[in-house]
Amino acid sequence: MTSQVHDPIATDVAPIDGLSTPLPGHGPGKRVKQLDRVVIRFAGDSGDGMQLTGDRFTTETAGFGNDLSTLPNFPAEIRAPAGTLPGVSSFQLHFADHDILTPGDAPHVLVAMNPAALKANLGDVPRGAEVIVNTDEFTKRALAKVGYGADPLEDGSLSAYAVHRVPLTTLTVEALKDSGLARKDAERAKNMFALGLLSWMYHRPTEGTESFLRTKFAKKPDIAEANITAFKAGWNYGETTEDFAVSYQVAPATAAFPPGRYRNISGNLALSYGLIAASQRSGLPLFLGSYPITPASDILHELSKHKNFGVRTFQAEDEIAGIGAALGAAFGGALGVTTTSGPGVALKSETIGLAVSLELPLLVVDIQRGGPSTGLPTKTEQADLLQAMYGRNGEAPVPIVAPATAAECFTAALEAARIALTYRTPVFLLSDGYLANGSEPWRIPEPDELPDLHTPFATAPNRPDGSFWPYLRDPQTLARPWAVPGTPGLEHRIGGIEKQDGSGNISYDPANHDHMVRTRQAKIDGITVPDLEVDDPSGGARLLVLGWGSTYGPIAAGVRRVRAAGGRVAQAHLRHLNPFPANLDRVLRSYDRVLVPEMNLGQLAHLVRARYLVDATSFTQVTGLPFKAEQLADAITAQLETAHV
Amino acid sequence: MSETNGHSGHNGSGTFASLTLVPKATATQSMKDFKSDQEVRWCPGCGDYAILAAVQSFLPELGLARENICFISGIGCSSRFPYYLNTYGMHSIHGRAPAIATGLATSRRDLSVWVVTGDGDGLSIGGNHLIHALRRNVNLKILLFNNRIYGLTKGQYSPTSEVGKITKSTPMGSLDAPFNPLSLALGAEATFVARTIDSDRKHLQSVLRAAAEHQGTALVEIYQNCNIFNDGAFDALKDPGTREQALIRLEHGRPVRFGPDGAQGVFRDPETGELAVATVTERNEARILVHDAHAASPATAFALTRLADPDTLHHTPVGVLRSVRRPVYDTLMGEQLDTAVAQRGPGNLATLLTGSDTWTVD
Repeated sequence: MTSQVHDPIATDVAPIDGLSTPLPGHGPGKRVKQLDRVVIRFAGDSGDGMQLTGDRFTTETAGFGNDLSTLPNFPAEIRAPAGTLPGVSSFQLHFADHDILTPGDAPHVLVAMNPAALKANLGDVPRGAEVIVNTDEFTKRALAKVGYGADPLEDGSLSAYAVHRVPLTTLTVEALKDSGLARKDAERAKNMFALGLLSWMYHRPTEGTESFLRTKFAKKPDIAEANITAFKAGWNYGETTEDFAVSYQVAPATAAFPPGRYRNISGNLALSYGLIAASQRSGLPLFLGSYPITPASDILHELSKHKNFGVRTFQAEDEIAGIGAALGAAFGGALGVTTTSGPGVALKSETIGLAVSLELPLLVVDIQRGGPSTGLPTKTEQADLLQAMYGRNGEAPVPIVAPATAAECFTAALEAARIALTYRTPVFLLSDGYLANGSEPWRIPEPDELPDLHTPFATAPNRPDGSFWPYLRDPQTLARPWAVPGTPGLEHRIGGIEKQDGSGNISYDPANHDHMVRTRQAKIDGITVPDLEVDDPSGGARLLVLGWGSTYGPIAAGVRRVRAAGGRVAQAHLRHLNPFPANLDRVLRSYDRVLVPEMNLGQLAHLVRARYLVDATSFTQVTGLPFKAEQLADAITAQLETAHV
Repeated sequence: MSETNGHSGHNGSGTFASLTLVPKATATQSMKDFKSDQEVRWCPGCGDYAILAAVQSFLPELGLARENICFISGIGCSSRFPYYLNTYGMHSIHGRAPAIATGLATSRRDLSVWVVTGDGDGLSIGGNHLIHALRRNVNLKILLFNNRIYGLTKGQYSPTSEVGKITKSTPMGSLDAPFNPLSLALGAEATFVARTIDSDRKHLQSVLRAAAEHQGTALVEIYQNCNIFNDGAFDALKDPGTREQALIRLEHGRPVRFGPDGAQGVFRDPETGELAVATVTERNEARILVHDAHAASPATAFALTRLADPDTLHHTPVGVLRSVRRPVYDTLMGEQLDTAVAQRGPGNLATLLTGSDTWTVD
């Protein structure tokens, strides 16, 4: 079977057919097809190792030089009951020979390790796509467990797909019969068999996976060898069996990338590195106060590995203590950071308000997930915008920075630190589950390309009489001096009670309170942020699509499709949500219509309408999954049609 | 209020083992060096005044650079304390002072960090932070002003109020059993637990001294009179007519005796292991409990915290109940950082960002 379908709209570059010469490592009688892009989804039970399989395929693909984008999707339960629909875990990877923006709307290849994985994912798979199933798991009992009355491999219901029936478990066990492993242990290597088969199908390099397995199982060399054997057996299976007559090549995306050194990076890793970089570039020790919460915990894990950078990680007793400790460290002159998700932000609100009142630098990183309450811990959403904007008592403005892509989480951390340190304020960094766990290629910056974040502490009295006033502000930034304990002569007390501007002494004076509320607001409103860039190649668009956060990829992909079909549409993406870029007002007024796609019920649209009196149209989805490019293309097209613009 | 201690000036010993990383004062300090220019705004007659004066006159004794001393408080009458001390200070939010101080102390081992809290702030809204600070053994000195009432919110019962307390929020009497703060602290693995009384400056300062010397978290419960909403709560321990019968002054290594001429003693029941008070006789004198603040097991210290009658306060032990050595959290954290540098060298940002799997686009 040779089907490798392409969604015709999605294909930015026409697929190159032909090129049927066998390649080294791919035996005679096998054809090789050249593709411009592929979307693969690995799906199996939570315990089947699908995330690891996907990660490895991603790493091989990144190293090969394709552009890529990933979408891990897993249940909140660690091990949901085996073989059930809620227990299905999947990993989707989109890779291409050109630059791509999303993990792909629909997979070209689905690897289904059991009936549950098939049933849960088939709806997303277009007809004509390839489906590789592990036939060993299609037992009567397993089929009944997910409500299959008849075996879909036998009843003709998959006739629209190119189905590869592979007894993955049997083949894996057979390959490992001399390994000395018990059957149960041998079976566990079946994900590596699948990875080997897919690596053959797509000409992925294999050395990386072998050395990865040797490192991962360094203390269990027999397990390492078994996994490598299974991986190679999967490769050889593709090479020898007639079921797989064609393999595919996706050339490196050479033209998509500016020159430089690249690596693959996930949002949470990029964010962790951004925090360490901010510490290094500011010369301030990093202190993370955090309480474990999905999908933010990986930042705590990552930072705890880098103590040789002077990074202190404190796993607190609760969310409140996490931010409290970070604020205490900031008082002492550290770069204080707390990481959490929406429910944690709710608990931290009072301390964020204290930081606003103390006017100390502090980073509050919110990896948003589905809400309200516990909501969807492992799924993405961007419904904390208004919480970040307004979720405190009193007038307590807090700047908000939001990365648009996984790799951009790095620069967002530096930018959040710049604002916090320059203006002595807590800053929200809003990422989300999709950015956190998804990955993409990243051009590795040189440290000296990064912004210099050095911020001088106050070292001397600032009053003519030789005294020190903790709230005597910089006239430009309105920032107050940051005088850290240990500095002689600058002893002072700060607190959450309203204080006299300048002296910082407790003050209940009505006029002073009015002045302080307005001053704190003016300080945040006056933060310098880059102007909003608008992408409108036609120059004549009358519809603007405005987004923020992780919707960047799907919006840009949707805009591309519309433009490819001749539609004229402008795109702009906000990285700063408080304050908004100074030119946003002018940008909004330059278009007849503004469409705001969001993974919430219209929070940015609400802010834009209130602030700029612009009749923005909201387009929303709260499924816990990112938008698909096609959806957004349709929404944009609908706007263009109804408006006749 | 006497200020004799303060006026005398103090070079300070500067030798406290817990504070070796804290810079020493270069000049002689006195009580007035530690007074801020802010007007003290507690109610006239409040026990907080006596505690403030005791602390201000005690601090010179530490011999530390004043700028390296920090007081962190939460919310409540007692939490105004930092405003009146000319050190670095933060008046934070309700109950969170131990968490904030933990971040400060763990990131700045050159500071002497003190927490001021109350029975509502520390045991009710902030109870979680208090117990976790104690178990971690961060280098913090926590002063818990216990007046057994909510003062700043004008007179509701607190988690240390006696059962049946008639207050504005409990007109028919409070229903919930109170915490015994020292029992709680011992249960939370505290390494230093002490109690003292606002009006006894000498004893208060001796306890502060011991707390300052302790390496790790020290909890000092200070019985403090709220003369507006719970006046006389500790009179039994203060009135000359009753205090000798009521107060048990603990001293490490000394038999636990009290009352006129030490006529009363604390004994361990050989059957149950529990502690009880009895009149000292020639026959039982050898069996009087000898106070061991450094005992590895907290069992006897716990039994001492249960000795007092919760209603009359008779047989209330004061002094250092427990003071043991255990690794200090911030020291351990600092050592992990040092170890990481020793093993891997100081972090190199370029190397970190590059990682192991890269490719180059020309």
